[in-house]
Amino acid sequence: MIALDTLLSDEILWAPLLIILLKVVVVFVVGLLSTMLMVWFERKAIAGMQNRIGPNKTGPFGIMQTLADGIKLFFKEDLIPNRSDRFVFALAPFLSFVPAFLAFAIIPLGGDFRNGNGGEVTWFGHVTKVQLADPPIGVLFALAISSIAVYGIMLAGWSSGSKYPLIGSVRASAQMVSYEAALGLSLACVLLLAGTLSTSGIVAAQATITQWHVISTGIVPFIIFLIAATAELNRPPFDLVEAEQELVGGFNTEYSSIRFALFYLAEFMNTVTMSALIVTLFFGGPQPLAFGNFVFDIPLIPNALEGTLWLLAKVLVFLYVYIWFRATLPRLRYDQLMDLGWKVLIPGALGWFILLASQRMARQNEWNIILVTSISVVVMVGGYLLLQAAFTQSARQRETQGPMF
Amino acid sequence: MELFVFGCAALMVLIGAVGVITRKHPVHAALSLVLTLFGVAVLFVIQQAHFLAAVQVIVYAGAIVVLFLFVIMLLGVDRVENLRTEPLTNQRPLALIVSLGLVGVLVAAFATGSGVLHERGAGLIIPDSATGSDANTIQLAESIFSQYVVAFEVTSVLLVVAVVGTVLLARRTKDSVMESPK
Repeated sequence: MIALDTLLSDEILWAPLLIILLKVVVVFVVGLLSTMLMVWFERKAIAGMQNRIGPNKTGPFGIMQTLADGIKLFFKEDLIPNRSDRFVFALAPFLSFVPAFLAFAIIPLGGDFRNGNGGEVTWFGHVTKVQLADPPIGVLFALAISSIAVYGIMLAGWSSGSKYPLIGSVRASAQMVSYEAALGLSLACVLLLAGTLSTSGIVAAQATITQWHVISTGIVPFIIFLIAATAELNRPPFDLVEAEQELVGGFNTEYSSIRFALFYLAEFMNTVTMSALIVTLFFGGPQPLAFGNFVFDIPLIPNALEGTLWLLAKVLVFLYVYIWFRATLPRLRYDQLMDLGWKVLIPGALGWFILLASQRMARQNEWNIILVTSISVVVMVGGYLLLQAAFTQSARQRETQGPMF
Repeated sequence: MELFVFGCAALMVLIGAVGVITRKHPVHAALSLVLTLFGVAVLFVIQQAHFLAAVQVIVYAGAIVVLFLFVIMLLGVDRVENLRTEPLTNQRPLALIVSLGLVGVLVAAFATGSGVLHERGAGLIIPDSATGSDANTIQLAESIFSQYVVAFEVTSVLLVVAVVGTVLLARRTKDSVMESPK
């Protein structure tokens, strides 16, 4: 009935069931471990960029720092403010934590995608995919989960019954709903080329480096996706939700002990998941580097395992990029944030999507490519000028008539 | 198994629906609505309509209820309402009559239409290894963008008109703010 995994399409047997249980446990543990290491990695890398040493006492290179922090938070007193809405206050950390883990389920974590293999591997005589679930809706699941993640932050801020968390959560909901649109539109460009929603299908469509969607969609959707994803994650430079200088700590000000730890964990887990999603969508996921017929093959390691190594390497690059953002870029002002989202990213993503769609139509029907491109460029320039005219007009009206509410 | 999942989802839908009308706090009512919407999404999944389930969660749970909550928080109306005061007199008996009428219409529609789906036999194409994992999406796109394209586009125009109208009605310029007594 619920055939999300190729194993489950037959009658339920013990071995497949155990494999699936194993996958669930592995995905959960990998999620937790990667989050733990990500927190350490971020602290260490930022320390390096700021000429500090960073955590160095617990374990080699301070690698156990997160574990120590987690244990410390576990044993702290659990405070619930008097004016809070107790049920929602207790619920919010879980609403933030659970989606963070769910999204990890659809990422292809490895497997052999070469020669049209579709990422299927054989474990104990059973054919399966190295991902927890491969639902028919694929990436839409990730979008749904990221749109659910806003509840955790929003309700946390509201239920605290205090004003700074409330401001933080109102900012969060406005920001996440706005950037969701740009995220979805830039994703649509990838789906247009891949022709499928399934994450393993998207990975399978990116065999060589020229087929990687970052190149085949022409880099713009990737940039838009990266910016929108950073805003969805509420990471710097889009961390207005928890702007320390203005809002104390933002939505999680009133949280302490393990509840705070859950928010912290969810934030870093989301960073890891989003990096993995970017790699899956734009950089071929577990696919090896390949130019035409030439493939960078890691010697001695079987193809099925190699995928995991490639994924790990690519995800690490993006984790570093996120840390880099945090260390380099100053936080945006609120109006700049909304302007960037609504006036630049959404029209840009929409325009690029239409351009790609018209190119695809032209190629299918064998129209004159140059003519189609020039017409679409003219239309896009026209649209841009119209949009600019609207902005200038509204700016002029704001000057003469005052701000509109 | 299917019956079990259906039972759980139906229970979610019903508990949420009852919660929406019985909870006095607007935020709690909105959260109950989310529960209902998730239940409906699960019902879609057991009918193999995966795409509809995803859209249900993305659009309704992820955007519309978030906006409800956003407005509730922004306007600060998140206080417990006193349900005893009635701005419109006699609205309760009228509401009862209208809701009974709605139940009657729905029951009649289900009674007359229950056989139709089986007769036609052409429901959703279920995504499996034969039809490909995107069967749902393809089928839905074909019917929206070919057979029902006019209705679809007209609906989108209607939504844009609604948004523009709201902005026009709700906007206040500097002069009108000064005129209105505050």
